[in-house]
Amino acid sequence: MIRDITLGQYYQADSVIHRLDPRVKLMATLVYIVSLFLTENFIAYGIAALFLIVMIVLSKVPFRFMIRGMKPILFLMLLTVLINLFTATGEKLVSFWVFTITVEGVKRAALMVFRLSFLVIGSSIMTLTTTPNHLTDGLEKGLGFLRVIRVPVHEIAMMMSIALRFIPILMEETDKIMKAQIARGADFESGNLFKRAKSMVPLLVPLFVSAFRRANDLAMAMEARCYRGGKGRTKMKPLHYKGRDWLAYLILALYLAGIIMIKIYLKWALI
Amino acid sequence: MSIVKTDKLSFDYIRRDEEGNVEGITRAVNDVSIDIKQGDFIAILGHNGSGKSTLAKHMNAILYPTEGTIWVDGKDTADDDNLWEIRQSAGMVFQNPDNQIIGQVVEEDVGFGPENMGVPTKEIWERVEESLKAVGMYEFRLMSPNKLSGGQKQRVSIAGVIAMHPKCIILDEPTAMLDPNGRAEVIRAVRALNAVENITVILITHYMEEVIHADKIFVMDKGSIEMEGTPVEIFSRVEQLQQLRLDVPQVTLLAHELRKAGLAIPTGILTAQELKEALCQLF
Amino acid sequence: MSIILNHVSHVYGAGTNQAVKALDDVSLKIEDGEFIGLIGHTGSGKSTLIQHMNALLKPTEGEIYFNGADIHDKEYNRKMLRGKVGLVFQYPEHQLFESDVFKDVCFGPRNLGLDDKEVELRSYAALRQVGLEDEFFYQSPFDLSGGQKRRVAIAGVLAMKPEVLILDEPTAGLDPKGRDEILDLVKRLHDENGITVILVSHSMEDVAKYVGRLIVMDHGKVQYDDTPMAVFAHYKHLETMGLAAPQMVYIMNELKESGLRVRTDVATIEEARDEILAALRLKNTL
Repeated sequence: MIRDITLGQYYQADSVIHRLDPRVKLMATLVYIVSLFLTENFIAYGIAALFLIVMIVLSKVPFRFMIRGMKPILFLMLLTVLINLFTATGEKLVSFWVFTITVEGVKRAALMVFRLSFLVIGSSIMTLTTTPNHLTDGLEKGLGFLRVIRVPVHEIAMMMSIALRFIPILMEETDKIMKAQIARGADFESGNLFKRAKSMVPLLVPLFVSAFRRANDLAMAMEARCYRGGKGRTKMKPLHYKGRDWLAYLILALYLAGIIMIKIYLKWALI
Repeated sequence: MSIVKTDKLSFDYIRRDEEGNVEGITRAVNDVSIDIKQGDFIAILGHNGSGKSTLAKHMNAILYPTEGTIWVDGKDTADDDNLWEIRQSAGMVFQNPDNQIIGQVVEEDVGFGPENMGVPTKEIWERVEESLKAVGMYEFRLMSPNKLSGGQKQRVSIAGVIAMHPKCIILDEPTAMLDPNGRAEVIRAVRALNAVENITVILITHYMEEVIHADKIFVMDKGSIEMEGTPVEIFSRVEQLQQLRLDVPQVTLLAHELRKAGLAIPTGILTAQELKEALCQLF
Repeated sequence: MSIILNHVSHVYGAGTNQAVKALDDVSLKIEDGEFIGLIGHTGSGKSTLIQHMNALLKPTEGEIYFNGADIHDKEYNRKMLRGKVGLVFQYPEHQLFESDVFKDVCFGPRNLGLDDKEVELRSYAALRQVGLEDEFFYQSPFDLSGGQKRRVAIAGVLAMKPEVLILDEPTAGLDPKGRDEILDLVKRLHDENGITVILVSHSMEDVAKYVGRLIVMDHGKVQYDDTPMAVFAHYKHLETMGLAAPQMVYIMNELKESGLRVRTDVATIEEARDEILAALRLKNTL
């Protein structure tokens, strides 16, 4: 049953965002993140929000899936808000005991909330609309230029895609090993931290032994199928830019230009 | 024309301790000379440790002989220049279906071999389609391999090999980890390949029922070829098979017992149908 | 002394849109000293069923009693239960982890909280029972052959002194020789030590020779629960479940259809031979 889990958080839908070339989506995510850190201008943030909303609507992914990505960083967000709230110096708003909240602090805290949530939602759109497989392809081709400086781009991409294939298998195996050891009276839950760490040995040893055996088998199977690295290899599903991809790049460029313009000319709107 | 030929092939596994000193030598394959004809369905039988898998790995240039020579499609595997041609003309399917599927989608896995060979994109798609159809897995092409049954996964592995357009396909205990349904599925696919596409099949197994349709059987024990012949010839020698602790099909055993009891039944009976016909002659 | 399953159902992923009903209203009683074969194709629910018997899985509905006590009672000691109802999984690789065989076998009894002496005595006895030669006791379990690993895995459970031993496809991946050795070992444990055995398999031939009772699972339900011969009489129905009766059953049925008066409820070759010889003699003297 564990095998049914989908890795990453891909949400199956038929939208223009889903159909975009993964390289476009990678670039767009990068540009979007940069744009968030480029400015502290509230008009720029308004545009960033608008941009995000349009993407969310276009992606056809329910909004709650994007919010889900926020959960793990909720604590981090709270922490940054508190730090910004209490440490900024400036015009005093309220104060009690040793704490002082300034207008400046409120602004900075708000900025942080927006920045972090836009960042998480923005990258969620990419992972929700791109299969891990596609993403790997995109990385391989998109970062292909790094080969010049001897970064083994193909090898890294191949490792990522093999990892993606084997993670569900190893998770299922973990479950089986755990059951086999519980049947022999093993206890993975009680005891203090040290005891619990020790109780993991009967789980980890068989898991590692098995993972190494699988790796060995897989390497042999790959060689038997003429695998010899990225050289001379063709692609079954090569990435080709289509009209919509160029259009997406154009929109992205306009967006970035817009943000920069606002940063330069509309200084009065600083948060 | 011979597709796989060995001459006095021997192979030693060398065990080393942590410093790399030789601890011991085990002879896994011992003085094997066989000649396999293009288009044949060959079975190699033997129990675990009989050397059959080691021999198979020589046919794909995964292992190289310690002594003797092996030619695949006329090429000596010891010559490094022949490596990729050999691996392309002799494809290999392994025992564990999970550990040989690379792709995350069925069709991408089948395309893996042709991609490595540098086949143009358009042709890869054609090859993938025809290979998946040949093993009856075309309708599963967009699925994740993790959602397939063992038998289906092995058929995908076979398709992955066929897509490389090999002359010969070596299956190293492809059914050992499958249930009876999965085993039947895989054997059916393999037999169809041999009959329809005329691909040479070398099936390594310890299940006797799987080999009764072979053109020729080799029985291995302790690294050597102990018996060689057609299924009827091999299964006529029930006592020798039992001595080698191999499973003789139940029908063959029954026919053997009846003959020992004095009935006029021919040797080498392999199916219930044949036994019935032989017995019907007697009343 | 028995295991009772009372209307047990199990649903994987209950409440999600991918819920799968793996067990559907199963009621069984397993008596002391029985030798039971549990058969079904992959996905029939047999693995789910055995994992309920030592509380590795909790039923979605229904209750399970071991020796009269509900094993999902709050105060019930499930660790002790797992010592009493030993479960050996399919692949020994999933449980071997220690640096030598002996230590590995000690893992189970040690978890039961026994003192060192008792743990070692039991482990030694268990390794003896499975017929592993002394020379392997202090070797790494990873260096053993497939059949030997399987023995060590069985010893690891036997050392907990179970009353019931459940083996999940103990012969998968073994060659005929290894398979016969393991099955003979299991039979010896049943006959000589009086352990109740449940043997999970998808090979009818294996099971027919050994067990006294055969349970056939399909789609999460018990389809047949009878003596092997009585079950094999339904060989045509078994086929629709992706199972097959032993070859002997087919041969005898074919012979009967072509006019030879033979009994069809034979399992072994010797029985079949005698039956055919007798029938032929009768026919030819008439």
